[in-house]
Amino acid sequence: MQFLDFEKPLEDLYTQIHKLKEMSAKNKVDVSNSVRELDASIEKTRSQIYDNLTPWQRVQLSRHPDRPYTLYYIEKIFTNFTELYGDRQVKDDKAMVGGMALLNGEPVMVVGHQKGINTKMRQLRNFGMANPEGYRKALRLMKMAEKFNRPIITLIDTPGAFPGLEAEERGQAEAIARNLFEMVNMKVPVICVIIGEGASGGALGIGVGDRVAMMENTWYSVISPESCSSILWRSWNFKEKAAEQLKLTYKDMSSFGLVDDIIPEPVGGAHSDPEKTAETLKTYLTNAISALKMISPDDRITQRIEKLSKMGFYDETVTADNGTPAQIDAIT
Amino acid sequence: MSSTWFRRSKKGILTTTEEKKETPDGLWHKCPQCKTTATVKELHDNLYICHKCNYHNRINAKEYFEILFDNNEYKLLFENIVPKDFLGFVDMKPYGARIEEAQKSTGLKDAMTVGHGKMNEKDFVVACMNFNFIGGSMGSVVGEKISRAIDYCIKNKLPLMVISKSGGARMMESAFSLMQMAKTAAKLTQLAKAQLPYISLMTDPTTGGVTASYAMLGDINIAEPNALICFAGPRVIKETIKKDLPAGFQRSEFLLEHGFLDFIADRKILKQKLTTVLEWYMIEPAGTH
Ligand SMILES: [Zn+2]
Repeated sequence: MQFLDFEKPLEDLYTQIHKLKEMSAKNKVDVSNSVRELDASIEKTRSQIYDNLTPWQRVQLSRHPDRPYTLYYIEKIFTNFTELYGDRQVKDDKAMVGGMALLNGEPVMVVGHQKGINTKMRQLRNFGMANPEGYRKALRLMKMAEKFNRPIITLIDTPGAFPGLEAEERGQAEAIARNLFEMVNMKVPVICVIIGEGASGGALGIGVGDRVAMMENTWYSVISPESCSSILWRSWNFKEKAAEQLKLTYKDMSSFGLVDDIIPEPVGGAHSDPEKTAETLKTYLTNAISALKMISPDDRITQRIEKLSKMGFYDETVTADNGTPAQIDAIT
Repeated sequence: MSSTWFRRSKKGILTTTEEKKETPDGLWHKCPQCKTTATVKELHDNLYICHKCNYHNRINAKEYFEILFDNNEYKLLFENIVPKDFLGFVDMKPYGARIEEAQKSTGLKDAMTVGHGKMNEKDFVVACMNFNFIGGSMGSVVGEKISRAIDYCIKNKLPLMVISKSGGARMMESAFSLMQMAKTAAKLTQLAKAQLPYISLMTDPTTGGVTASYAMLGDINIAEPNALICFAGPRVIKETIKKDLPAGFQRSEFLLEHGFLDFIADRKILKQKLTTVLEWYMIEPAGTH
């Protein structure tokens, strides 16, 4: 078991249990009562910690090395998954996966960022940081889904789009921009779920949909707390403060109307019970798709645009100059 | 839910004419690139281009409007949309204070100014970013003004140009800033459906979320010479790959070579080029009714 720094009290309790059991095995003493007490105190401590998570702690949980990634959820939730590779232009991006699958027997298209599960795979998956090829592969698959009238599901988990030389050369910005534009216009239902890290344009590049959901221990922001700290505080030491200020948790994001839904995680985070988490996600996807199918394609697109158009905060003063065309002499 | 974000106020009637600070002709300007000096008047008359090395000095909406709109006549649109510190964001300074300071020093409301005027006698809407306002960063006001400019163009059947010049997202608006990328892209789908042309002009610098949304979504994407145009900035890339970057990397000419620009327009020929291009879009085809 891997403990995060704020789980220290839990780690201590687990250590105590371990020592107790060792002692009992050695000395043949019955410690079951003490173990039971410790177990109870573990549950209590866990609830206390998880009921009061700070934004930075959620960021830590979103990056937990044992956290389930896209391919795990695909395996647990869908059947007949056939992975499809390549953007048909340059190469196959291993940081973005996707393919055909069945959800409760119904054909869907799934795409998502993929992080590596061990040191070697982390390199191969480029730590979940996609190149333009990844975004273009995702778009290619989404376009195919649209052609065959299959709902699209995207799973978001990235520390950002890859800031590399080739990525810039091949148009990282254009690839992301194109996806935003095309996803707005998709005729089929699009559901996006942030399952881990939702960093900036790299996340948004597969994040425009009818329903956008965040899992409980994830974050979604214009910049990572670390980078924000280094730019605005000119030091790496303010990441906790930046995490607070950025309002990047599911609570903030849903209260702002920037995400539509919240998907609960087990106490202890998604990694503490991945199967249960996958089940919750499956239920969410199933319900969301059936609800969206009731809406006509045109209405879905209109609603998507309306939802996005409302995002923003500003003051609007009433003035004589509100830009109404009637006041413009230039128009003839 | 979003209606709470709009606070209407009867106060604060805004004027469209900004106060213009006259600078004496005698003042000298030193070219940041070749260090050649020119008087402020010479620079203005040469459209803020260095007469020696062709360096395009960074200018803002007011200067672009003067260059593009006939007789420097235009109407400012949506000046009543002003920024606010909704999140109460505080880093080394409160965001609210940053806004006030920027407004004071620039005389602008935010980093985007929208103007409607005539360019060689044809109606044209130009939304231009101001780099001097918090680094031309994209916050809610920038997105909302583009959004309204698009509605305005659709209603009046007008072509739109956005002049980008931006350090990227406005971090102090966090995810709201991020969502302006999706919002502007969404609105651009409506402009596209209305078959109205959208020209994106990228100027030095165009970076981050601005590049990765409306700047790269033009029917034609054009740029001024030698402008930095990128998603991730050169410093970040250098840190990532731990190698020196090739000369000219992420500059206009580099992007043209890699297929991401339709052409590069020197500021001196910009108005004529745009006029030619817009004519192609806007002219009624003969014999079709
Ligand atoms: Zn010069």
